[in-house]
Amino acid sequence: MTPIIEVVDLKHVYSPGTPFEHKGLDGVSFRVERGQTVGIIGHTGSGKSTLIQHLNGLLKPTSGKVYLDGTYILKDKQTTRNARFRVGLVLQYPEYQLFEETVRADISFGPKNMGLSDAEVKKRVEAAAACVGLTEALMEKSPFDLSGGQKRRVAIAGVLAMEPEVLILDEPTAGLDPKGRADILENLKVYQRQKNATLMIVSHSMEEIASFADQLLVLQKGRVAMYDTPAEVFKKAAALQEMGLAVPQITQVFLRLKELGVDIDTDVYTTGYGLKTILAKKEGAGHA
Amino acid sequence: MEHSLQAENLSFAYPATDGGTPIPVFEGLDLTIEKGSFVAILGHNGSGKSTLAKHFNAILLPVCGRVCVFGMDTKDEELLLEIRRNVGMVFQNPDNQIVANVVEEDVAFAPENLGVEPKQIRRRVDEALKQVGMYEYRTHAPHLLSGGQKQRIAIAGVIAMRPECIVLDEPTAMLDPKGREEVLQTILQLNRDHGMTVVLITHHMEEAALADRVVAMANGKIVCDGTPKQVFSQVEKLEAVGLTVPATTRLLYELNKAGMNLPLDALSVEECAQALKEALNQSSAAE
Repeated sequence: MTPIIEVVDLKHVYSPGTPFEHKGLDGVSFRVERGQTVGIIGHTGSGKSTLIQHLNGLLKPTSGKVYLDGTYILKDKQTTRNARFRVGLVLQYPEYQLFEETVRADISFGPKNMGLSDAEVKKRVEAAAACVGLTEALMEKSPFDLSGGQKRRVAIAGVLAMEPEVLILDEPTAGLDPKGRADILENLKVYQRQKNATLMIVSHSMEEIASFADQLLVLQKGRVAMYDTPAEVFKKAAALQEMGLAVPQITQVFLRLKELGVDIDTDVYTTGYGLKTILAKKEGAGHA
Repeated sequence: MEHSLQAENLSFAYPATDGGTPIPVFEGLDLTIEKGSFVAILGHNGSGKSTLAKHFNAILLPVCGRVCVFGMDTKDEELLLEIRRNVGMVFQNPDNQIVANVVEEDVAFAPENLGVEPKQIRRRVDEALKQVGMYEYRTHAPHLLSGGQKQRIAIAGVIAMRPECIVLDEPTAMLDPKGREEVLQTILQLNRDHGMTVVLITHHMEEAALADRVVAMANGKIVCDGTPKQVFSQVEKLEAVGLTVPATTRLLYELNKAGMNLPLDALSVEECAQALKEALNQSSAAE
C-alpha cells in the first residue's frame, strides 16, 4: 500500500548564504501509513515545527521531497493547493489565530475557502463543532468571549471542518489543565475513527505521547534520531536524556525497580501496562 | 512563622462585558503563604489560579476583603512600587517578557527603572545571571536562546529587583523537557539556597510534587491544601475537580484498587520503586 505520507531526504536551510545560515532539516526520511498516530518529539530547535510545515507545502524544502498518497506535493500549483486541504495543520496556540465575529463563522472559514456549497459547509461545521464538544449555544458567540480551552477547540474545529485526511497538530494540549488535555486528545481520536484519518502530534509531554501515539518520530538537530514504537523508543532512556528529552515517569519507576534488583520488564510507558506488569509479577512470584 | 502573602476573605469578580452580570471568581477566599516557603497552586483552567496570582502584586485589586504582601495592603496606592518590587512575576510565554536586545540589558531593565545606582545594577545583574546559570550568555541576543534559557532570563530580570517573593504562572508550559528541568532547578535553588518565597502555578502534577505545599483550587475555592504527599493521596477528590495525580501515585492507586496495599504517598520515582520492590518481595516471601 502507498504510504499516506512519504518524506524523502528532506533538507531545509534557513538564511542560506548569510552568517545566520542554519540547517533546519538535514536529510529527514520516513513514512506514515494511513490511520496511524505518529508522535513527534525533540528538544526546542530540533526541527519539529520546520518539518510539519513541509508536510502541507507551507515551507518549501531546500532539497528532498514530500509525497502525499504517492503524489509529490509541489508537483504543480493545483496539487499544492489540494495538499493544503488534505493535510490540516494546527499550529501552536491556534487560539491566537481566531478572527471572525462568531464561532460559526470562524469554523466556516476553511471549508468556504475550499469552494464547497453552503449546505456542505453548514454540515461540516456542525460535525466539526460536535466532534470537539462545542455546544449549539456557543456557535453564535464571539470566539473572544470564550475560555482558553474553548478557543482552542474552535481553532481545531476550523481545521477539522476541512475534513483533512492527515491532521497535524503542534502541541495541541499546551497550557490546558489535565481534563482539557484528555478531552482534546479524545476528540482527535474520535475524528480519526470517523474518517480513518492519520494523526501527527508534536508534544513535549512524554506521558501524553506515550499513551496516545503508536509510532514515535524522535528528531535531533534536524535529523531522525529514532522512528519506532513508544515501547522501543522509551527503552533508550539514556539516549533520550542526552537529547534533552525524557522518558515517562512511569518508565523511570520501572527502570529504577530493575536497578534495585527486581527482575521486571522495563518497556512500561503507560499506567495500564505498569499495572499489568506489576500484577503479573506478583502472580508469578506467588506461584513460584 | 512570618507571613509573606496573605489573602483574607478575598472576593473578586471580573467586570461584566456588554451590560451582563459581573463574573465572580472568588467569594471569601483565605490563603496565607509563609515566608521562605515553596507553594504550588493547581487548578483547572478558569479555577482562579492566575487571578489569585495577579492579586499578589496588585495587578488586580480585591472587590471585598484584602490582600497583604509582607504587611502591605495592596489597595494602598502609595505602596504600589514597593509591592511590585517585592513580588516579582514570571509568566508563561518567555517571548512576551523580554524587552532588550542583549541579555544583560534585559536583566538590568527593572533595577534601572527602580533608580538603582549604576554600579549596584552591574552587581545585581551579574548576581542574578549567575543564580539562574546564564552568566556566560550575558552578551547574547535573547531571541537566539532556547525557551528554557529565555525563561531563566525572565527570572533573572525579576530577581535583579531583589524581591522577597517570586510568583510564576505556568513558567514551563511552553518548554521542552530539558527547558522545564532547567527552570525547575532554578526555582528550587532560589527557594532553598536564597530563601526566596516561591509561588508556582502549574498544570503539571510532577512539578507541584517538588513544592513544600500544594494548594488545589476549583471554581475559586481551595479544595485541598497540604504537603504534596497529603494532597496527591486524595486521588478521587482531585479527579472530581478535573485535576489528576502524578504517574507514580496513579500507578499505586490502580494497584491498590486491584487488591494490593501500597502507600499512596510514595510520590517520587525512588519512593515509588522502593514501595513496589517491598510489596513484590513480600508477596514472594509469603509463599
